[in-house]
Amino acid sequence: MEKLLVVNNVSKIYGDYKALNNVSIEVEKGSIFGLLGPNGAGKTTLIRIINQITMPDTGSVILDGEPLQPHHIQYIGYLPEERGLYKTMKVGEQALYLAQLKGLSKQEAKERLKYWFDRLEIGDWWDKKIQELSKGMAQKIQFVVTVLHKPKLLIFDEPFSGFDPINANLIKDEILKLREDGATIIFSTHRMESVEEMCDHIALIHKSNKILDGRLVDIKRQYRNNMFEIGLITPNHATTTELLKEKFEIFPATFKSINDELQYKVKVPDSISRNDFVNYLTSQGQLTHFVEVIPSASDIFIETIQKN
Amino acid sequence: MNHLPLIIKREYLTKIRNKSFIIMTFLSPFIFVGIFALVAYLSSLNNDTIRNISVLDGSGMFAGEFNSTPHTRYKVLKNVSLEEAKKEAEDEEVYGLLYIPKTENLESLSQGITFYSQDSPSLSLMGDINDMLETKVNSVKLKEAGIDSETIKSLHINIRANQETFKGKETSKLGSGLKLAFGGAAGYLLFMFIIIYGNMIMRSVIEEKTSRVIEVIISSVKPRVLLLGKIFGTTLAGLTQFLVWVVLILVLMTVVTSVFGIDPAAASPSQQVIENSVDGGTQQILHDIMLEINNLPLANLVIMFILFFVGGYLLYASMYASVGAAVDSETDTQQFMMPILMPLILAVYVGFFTVIDNPHGTVSQVFSYIPFTSPVVMLMRIPFGVPIWQQIVSVVILFATFGGMVWFASKIYRVGILMYGKKPTYKEIYKWLKY
Repeated sequence: MEKLLVVNNVSKIYGDYKALNNVSIEVEKGSIFGLLGPNGAGKTTLIRIINQITMPDTGSVILDGEPLQPHHIQYIGYLPEERGLYKTMKVGEQALYLAQLKGLSKQEAKERLKYWFDRLEIGDWWDKKIQELSKGMAQKIQFVVTVLHKPKLLIFDEPFSGFDPINANLIKDEILKLREDGATIIFSTHRMESVEEMCDHIALIHKSNKILDGRLVDIKRQYRNNMFEIGLITPNHATTTELLKEKFEIFPATFKSINDELQYKVKVPDSISRNDFVNYLTSQGQLTHFVEVIPSASDIFIETIQKN
Repeated sequence: MNHLPLIIKREYLTKIRNKSFIIMTFLSPFIFVGIFALVAYLSSLNNDTIRNISVLDGSGMFAGEFNSTPHTRYKVLKNVSLEEAKKEAEDEEVYGLLYIPKTENLESLSQGITFYSQDSPSLSLMGDINDMLETKVNSVKLKEAGIDSETIKSLHINIRANQETFKGKETSKLGSGLKLAFGGAAGYLLFMFIIIYGNMIMRSVIEEKTSRVIEVIISSVKPRVLLLGKIFGTTLAGLTQFLVWVVLILVLMTVVTSVFGIDPAAASPSQQVIENSVDGGTQQILHDIMLEINNLPLANLVIMFILFFVGGYLLYASMYASVGAAVDSETDTQQFMMPILMPLILAVYVGFFTVIDNPHGTVSQVFSYIPFTSPVVMLMRIPFGVPIWQQIVSVVILFATFGGMVWFASKIYRVGILMYGKKPTYKEIYKWLKY
């Protein structure tokens, strides 16, 4: 796959604090890239370097095959986590101003704004001042302003904060649609369920270092540990539990069920194949539930951070 | 992409559409003229009061000296004792009682004169009375010594040395005064302009941070361009306001003075006195002033005034912008105001003391090159004749420093945005410059 953005060995030091240490990432064209990490890990610094707000001390950033240059800002749309708009300016005026700063002509900006305002059904806000809007409403405007100039690369830092579930969904759909239309998206968030849902690729930054990087499915494969969730109806639950304990490592599990059954998470050693394991279970009783426990993005996040 | 005009336009429009800005623009001239009219009215009221003063002249020397004026009336008491006079004065509620004791010796007389009054008497009134008594006693004394006061007067000769440069240009005291007035007015105008609009620029720079729009903006434009746009936009708004003020105040003044019949000069009584005393010579003085103005290097003055005014204002504006760049909120700006105001005040002091004393002295020369003081000091020096190359060097230094200051501010700004909610210290700002 072609890379839209390549970050090569970027380091950034503020005084005696190292914000980024030799971080490299590659973002494929048309993908959604999840940039994860605990608070203060260095994600925002990396995003700011991509946006040319700060310069890296060492390393380089390549956008669409060219080293980062001032004119590239028009190819990038950035929705920062710390966001706001001019409070006393009118919505329409402000959107026009910000769009023009991104290089659109006034006419172009007007047409596209009309399209977006109609699409999100916020046309009647045009003459309102930002301070008259609620936080969620202002966030919508901010979203529109971010994507208005049809950037190749979109960077969203916590895009869903401040939205109610309905609007969060709306924005999520819009982001997915933008990807369909060819945009590449970098997505920084703490909401692991959205990572799970949307990201093709993730990178995890912790204490200024990148500690994990790869396609989400590959990482999940790498992190799976042959753990299965089982439900088993047996004549005597206590003896079966004893038997299982002897043979495997088991953990309590709870899932919704209408049966009165044993519920466990069982870690199966590599020496035993899945089929053998299923055969063993059916020999003990009636198997009602059998699911591989795939590590969630959240599990991977926590596990990796704790290991480091 | 050139964003500068766009930013200037936004800054300008936001400023002049701001409600409080509009209100201040149109209200201030009314307040100003209102206060002026009030002062004029009050001082005319003050002059209207009539002071009744009783005089008990025991020596009999001053008979006929106490001539009543429109505001002071003297009543000479006769054949009463001091006690009676005091009682009477108190009963009649007169302003005061002047007591001159009976004495043969003029020296002891000077010790014995007393003014009795309810409260402390007006300083100017006491001055008048003292002067009057002194003149009389002196002339009596002169007569005793056998000298006529008219003789003394005829012996006195006034000397006014004519001033002329080696090239034969006449310079006059009037000319120097005019030059000083020009320089002073220019310096003062600049000072006022900086004080009034500097803060506006600082607030405008902080605006992006308080509204948190900063990261969006800064990912679209360079901080240097943003700061320049803010400085120019706000300056234009300030100029607009200033022009409205000047026009409105002129119009209102004309209206107020003609409608209410207030003589503007009434607000400053001393001026009135001067005008009265030189009544016949007014025409002549006006003529002289016109001549002197013609003698000034007018074209040079006007061009340099514009350059130094603009340059000086922009330099200080960029200093205010630096402060705005360093802090998150207006409350944090206090500690940084000193370094801005100090050179400004220094400039005005150097201008008004050193330049007046010696326009081409070493101190004046040095300060007319230092960019933080040159706008005021050089403007005050130019009417006295400064070589063109010196003026040009000074202007170049001034604008270069402005450029440097904007660079400095944008450097601070870029780093300052990364530090939300932290109050910066000088040490930290120095560190930011190296980021």
